[in-house]
Amino acid sequence: MKVTELTAIPMKVTEKDVAYVADLANLELTEDEQRGMLRDLNSILEYIERLNELDTSNVPPMAQVSDRYGVDEEKQRSERFAYASREDVLEGLRKSLPHEEALANAPDADEEFFRVPKVIER
Amino acid sequence: MDLAHLTIEAARSAVQERKTTAFALAEAHYECIQKQDGQIGAFLTLSKERALEQADRIDRMAAEGKTLPPLGGVPVGIKDVMSTRGVRTTAGSKSLDRYVPPYDCTAVARMEAAGAVVLGKMNCDEFAMGSSNENSAYHPVRNPRDLNHVPGGSSGGSAAAVAADMAVVTLGSDTGGSIRQPAAFCGVVGLMPTYGRVSRYGLIAFASSLDHIGPLTKTVKDAAIVLRTIAGRDPMDSTSADLPVPDYVAELDKPVRGLKIGVAKEYFGEGLDDEVRHAVENAIDKLKGLGCEIVPVSLPHTPYAIPTYYIIATAEASSNLARYDGVRYSHRAHGVKTLSEMYRRSRDGGFGAEVKRRIMLGTYALSAGYYDAYYLKAQKVRTLLTRDFDGAFRKVDAIVTPTSPTAAFRLGEKSNDPLAMYLADIYTVTADLAGIPGISVPCGETEERLPIGLQILGKHFDEATILRVAHAYEQAA
Repeated sequence: MKVTELTAIPMKVTEKDVAYVADLANLELTEDEQRGMLRDLNSILEYIERLNELDTSNVPPMAQVSDRYGVDEEKQRSERFAYASREDVLEGLRKSLPHEEALANAPDADEEFFRVPKVIER
Repeated sequence: MDLAHLTIEAARSAVQERKTTAFALAEAHYECIQKQDGQIGAFLTLSKERALEQADRIDRMAAEGKTLPPLGGVPVGIKDVMSTRGVRTTAGSKSLDRYVPPYDCTAVARMEAAGAVVLGKMNCDEFAMGSSNENSAYHPVRNPRDLNHVPGGSSGGSAAAVAADMAVVTLGSDTGGSIRQPAAFCGVVGLMPTYGRVSRYGLIAFASSLDHIGPLTKTVKDAAIVLRTIAGRDPMDSTSADLPVPDYVAELDKPVRGLKIGVAKEYFGEGLDDEVRHAVENAIDKLKGLGCEIVPVSLPHTPYAIPTYYIIATAEASSNLARYDGVRYSHRAHGVKTLSEMYRRSRDGGFGAEVKRRIMLGTYALSAGYYDAYYLKAQKVRTLLTRDFDGAFRKVDAIVTPTSPTAAFRLGEKSNDPLAMYLADIYTVTADLAGIPGISVPCGETEERLPIGLQILGKHFDEATILRVAHAYEQAA
């Protein structure tokens, strides 16, 4: 493969990056976990860098398989795909869960709502 | 009744002809589980009440002389990433330790509607992330062939249970090889259908553009029977394809003579164990002997599959796993004062090391400044990998490869090196990325008597051909 594309993959992950990404992901990592993560992410990302050997400047990205295969050629436009839009009706495909079933797995709930710690301080 | 080698048809007809009852068959499997599973660890939860109720229903049908449905009375296991109404579903994670789903996964509902008796839920790597089943938050699974070896992953419990005759059939899920690789390691058949062939409604999501549900079985014919049962459009899953489902079982016995079978050199390179190479080459000779034409094909982007996969899968996982916030159904940390502290500490306590690693990698790949370099880049390479297959399948009807570069490795052998573990999926991730179907069938064993798997890949929605080739090979072997 020719190395023609010049998208420089950024340098290695730093401790600061680990803390920033953990914050984005809502994860609280211990110091030990942070050290392990720094090591593992850098080793995995180094391996991933080999993607840069490929010139992809004229290649379209692929997010899904189901928009190119398994389409019904007889049908028109979005109707061709399995995920064609459907009518927006209340309780269209399945009835909503009864209240108590929806709350049954909650770690903390009253009869009406999920309960969480106070959100707004006054 | 002897449970060894018991197939769907043998089980169903024994119940139909009143040689045994579905109830007795279920009880016999529970006894077998009782005896062995303390050592193997394939089950996380037994659903005895639900199983015996269903068995009773089937037995009444048989007593009334009614024709049983295709899986009538057949004892099955379900990977614990598929929701089962009223039966605890953990996904192998402490974050769902006490989760009892209020609805059934479509694939499970279809299995039960076809008469299957659900014995329980199968152990797996946490959120299906792993290649050895050592990432289960509960306990590892051991390979029934040799308890010092892993069963593969992430559907390790599903594969081990079938191999040890603790279930006739199980359902697993495959995002990067999680059905085919454990099937190869345990010496059973594992089928990953085409993306969209089987509804994922009720499957706990890992990476939505890659997740598949499929069967692990003792024979190829059983895989065909299960696929026929669970395949087809489901209005509850918008990615399930609106295409007719062929009669896979009827197609099995069509001759394979004249079929063109592709062999790609990229799957026989560095890292492939010699014993595995020999077994797969022998299998290719056997297919040639059956009248198949062996055609060399090239899949040049194969070396880029693992890095592509680990960006796309982790990016999607980081988004899918955001829902485990301790509010509605997942583990919540105690003694927290603020909402954000609750989110962070609940997730930290609920997730294991590999899940956190993947959430971190995926979040990083999606974060501002890195999106183009990692995520967009991987999506483009995914196009190239898919084009490789499009090109190859213009020349051949199926492609055969090793399922995994090695036979089952030892417990602990790779657990401290995430990258080495990821490379166990090197021959399987490509099919997930391209959305094509793949099956693993046993093709011999190593000197240590560990099973080896032959992988057969097919065109989109052409499971019939790979099942046919697998069946012909299995009958000849």
